[in-house]
Order: sequence, then structure tokens, then C-alpha cells
Amino acid sequence: MTRRKTSQQIQQLVFVGPSTIFFVLIVAVPFFLGLYYAFTDWNGISRQVDGVGLRNFAHIFTKDPAFLNSFWFTAKFTVLGVLLTNVVGFLLAYFLTKRLYTRNVMRTVFFMPHVIGGLLLGFIWQFIFVRGFASIGGATGWSFFNLPWLGTEATSFWAIVIVFVWQNAGYLMVIYISAINNVPKSLIEAAKVDGAGRGQVLRSVIIPLVMPAVTVCLFLALSWSFKLFDLNLSLTKGGPFKSTESVALNIYNEAFNISRFGMGSAKAIIFFVIVALISILQVRATKSREVEM
Amino acid sequence: MDTAKRYRGGMILIEALLILGGLVFLVPFYFLIVNSLKSFGEILTDSAGWPNVFQWGNYAEAWKKTSFPKAFGNSLLVTVASNLLLVLMCSMAAYRMARKPTRYNRFLYAAFVAAMVIPFQAIMIPLVKVSSLLGIMNSIWGLVICYLGFGAPLTVFMLHGFVKSVPLDIEEAGRVDGCTAYGTFFRIILPLMQPIAVTVIILNTLWIWNDYLMPSLILQKPELFTIPIETFAFFGQYTKQWNLALPALVLGITPVVIFFLAMQKYIIEGIAQGSVKG
Repeated sequence: MTRRKTSQQIQQLVFVGPSTIFFVLIVAVPFFLGLYYAFTDWNGISRQVDGVGLRNFAHIFTKDPAFLNSFWFTAKFTVLGVLLTNVVGFLLAYFLTKRLYTRNVMRTVFFMPHVIGGLLLGFIWQFIFVRGFASIGGATGWSFFNLPWLGTEATSFWAIVIVFVWQNAGYLMVIYISAINNVPKSLIEAAKVDGAGRGQVLRSVIIPLVMPAVTVCLFLALSWSFKLFDLNLSLTKGGPFKSTESVALNIYNEAFNISRFGMGSAKAIIFFVIVALISILQVRATKSREVEM
Repeated sequence: MDTAKRYRGGMILIEALLILGGLVFLVPFYFLIVNSLKSFGEILTDSAGWPNVFQWGNYAEAWKKTSFPKAFGNSLLVTVASNLLLVLMCSMAAYRMARKPTRYNRFLYAAFVAAMVIPFQAIMIPLVKVSSLLGIMNSIWGLVICYLGFGAPLTVFMLHGFVKSVPLDIEEAGRVDGCTAYGTFFRIILPLMQPIAVTVIILNTLWIWNDYLMPSLILQKPELFTIPIETFAFFGQYTKQWNLALPALVLGITPVVIFFLAMQKYIIEGIAQGSVKG
């Protein structure tokens, strides 16, 4: 009996041990350490770490307009990012599930930007906005392309939105395609026999049946846009005048550029709480609207 | 007859619009590639047209200055090692957690699921401290360890769902035939996991290969740089020197684009699968 027990314990250790150790070291310990640092004035180097109570949080909410701005920017960006990637992704999927000659090639084309990381994409688009758009503008005379895209606050905001949609719509398209393909053909046929038009089939049959995919896609887009970092760093660096600084970038700058690790940790905690809350609410809200098959 | 004709006409219109949209999607790549082969002066005077003379020298210089083979090697090592270890380690954990839901295992699984909502930026500051205490700063293997830790929650979650769908009978048959617990896992369960493992590997590859933040915090020595940090450093040094920056970007995206084109069937299936599970 005891031999069996030790063998079970060894198995537990062998199977679960490694992931537990790495998870604890890399995720759990830093997470709780961060909770502690959030209440200190640690600068990242000094051995001296003094507790400051809630002062970091008070400072963030009362004396740090840059952080509040970054929140406002991220919120606006998230709304547009989630909406546009999903609309574009869904429309592409809807049309690319029809019997088209170039269907497979087009899927590949629309998906491709997603495989390139945000950092490199940001640099590529920096060139497009600075030189490419200017030359299109010069050739066509369309003022849209002659705007100083990365030079003003409003246009840089839209620049990030455009690249974000370009990068991620294809990914959501893939998920929507598989969801639309899973809608039973018989249901669509039945609806058509009953006299439903194409719009009605889309509204009353397809959309309700792909709600689980909508949950997934909203959730993905939400978490991508709220955690916007790489693209932000390489495309605008938060500029001009910090107007396009995302929360993640603000936290990064706080900690690694001006070495206020304590303050950065406090911001990171706020960031985490909001991300966690949104994730939970979002999953709850859409789960209840799914149609059971 | 009439409706069939209208239908076909509509399809042709849709097809044409989609192709147009696809071309618009590809325009950035056109600009990138065409201009990477021009001289600096030509980029400034005419960035839309075809290059007058192909400046292959741009590539030679970018290749040398970014030490591309080295950065590529580092990226490859980190991605392959992290992926293999993650799948092995997490499938073992997921198997055990799904089959032996003791109080401890249920707690651990709940912790993994909860940790999935932690954004990396929320732990990156103390992670730097922890890594230097562990002595894994400035080491490729240290970076791999970070990926093992941060990648574990999602990987375990996805594999756990799969293990639960494998009928117990299969395992019991193995047991009766004299398989040990390890034998059951490695000979029966692990081979069955192949489809979900492919999905997991694809998602983790796209993440790890393209990740900038984690390696930029862990690796400070230039000889350890992966492609994203190398590109970032290079771009910082040669801002606006487009004739060097653009070929460096083309080199940087080439491996992952080739990987995608070669594996696209699996990638697209994997993502559709993964989303259903997620």
C-alpha cells in the first residue's frame, strides 16, 4: 500500500512538477512580488525598498495625466479595434465561404499579415505612412494620402487603428469561416424554402448560430487591443506628444525608461485588474447569448 | 433562369471586389519589397515605381549589419526549444490533472486558468528582478524558461480539454495489457494528442517567434538577440536610412512568411480548432 502511494507521489511529481515549477517561478512569484512593489518606491536597482502605502495609487489617479491619457487612448482604441476587426473579419469570412474561384488564395492573402509580428509590422507601416502614402498622394492627388499621418494626434490614432485591423482581421476571418462552415446547410436551405432572402438568412440563421465564434473573436480582439504594445512601440512610440501611448507602453516607460519600478508596478496592478474584469464580463455576457444546437 | 443569371453576376462582382481588397491588403508588401531594392536617393524621389537598378547590395549590407544568420539562429533555437518543451511538459501535466483530479490538482488547474488573464506587462517588472535572482538573465535558455512559465497556462488549458475527451477505456485496455502509468501516457495518450499538439505548437510559434518584449527584457547582449530585438536595435540606429532598414525588415519577415506559406493548411486549421477549444 505504501509502495503504491510513493509511486503515485512520484508520478505526480514527474507529470505535474515541471510545469508547476516554471509557472510558479515565472508567473506566480512575479505576480505577487508585483503586488508588493506596487506599495513601495523601489527604483529597480537600489537595495533600499521603502513602503509608501497607497501613495503610488494616489499619485497615479491625481497627478499623472499621462497615465490617464494612455487609458483614454487605449479605451478609444479598443472600442474601434474590436469593432472594426470583427466587422471586417466577419464580412471577409461571409464572402469567402461562397463558392468563389479565388477563395483559397484570398484567404491566404487576408491572413498573411497576422503571421508577422507587431513590431516588424509597425516599422513596415512607418515607411508606408511616411513615404508610401506620400507617393500615392502625389500620383493621385487624393488629400487622404497627403495627410501627415504620423505627425498629428488624430491621424496617428487612426494610423494605429488601420494597421491593427490590417494585421488582425484575417485571423478573426479564419475563426468566422470555420463557424460559418459549421452552420448546417439544411437549415439555410429550409430558411430559403420558407422564403427568407439572403439578408434574412444571414440575420436569422447564420449570425445566431455563429455566436460562439463571436464570443471568441470579441474576446481575442479585446485582449489584443487592450494589450497593444509592439505595434505601438514601433509605429508611433506613443507620439506625437504621448497622444498615442497605450497603457502597456506607459507602464513600460515608467519602469524601464524612468526607473520607477514601484510606480510601474502599481500601474501594472491597475492594468491587470481591468483586463481581468473585462475578460470575465465579456465571456459572461456573450455566453448567455449563444444558441444551443 | 433569370435568378441564376443574377446570382452569377453577383458572384463575379463579389469576387472582383475581394480581389481588389486583397490587392489593397498586399500594397504594403509591394512598397516594402520594391523600395528595399532602391538606392536611398531613389526611395526619396520615387517610392512608388519599380527600381531603376536593383540594389542587391542593400541586402548584403543589411545581412551583415544585423548579423542576420546569428539572429535567425537565436530565434530558431528559442522557438523550437520552447515549443518542444512546452508541449511535452504541459501534456504531461494536463494528462495528470485531467485523470487525477485531486484537491491539489484542481487547485493548480484553477490557478493556471486564472493566470491566463494576466497580461505579460503586469508581471514584467518583477520578472526582471526574479530572473536576475535566478541567474537566467542574458541566456537563451533563461529566455526559454520564461516561455515555459508564461506559456504553460494556455497550453495546459488547451491540452486538458483534449485529454478529457479521450475515452478512459483506451487507457484501461493499455493497463490490462501491462502498461505502466508512464507507458500509458507515452505510448497511448501522447500519440493521440497529435492534432491538438499541432494547434498548440502553431499558436505558440506565432507568439514566441514574433515576441519582442520578453526577449528585450531578458537578453541584453547583442550576440543573443533574436530577430525582433535585432530589428528594433537596427532600426533605432538607422532610422530614416530606408535603404538599409527596408531590406532588414524583408529579411526579418521572410522566415515566418515562408513558414506560413509552407504550413498554412495546418495553421489555418489549427487556429479554427484552437478557437473552438478556447
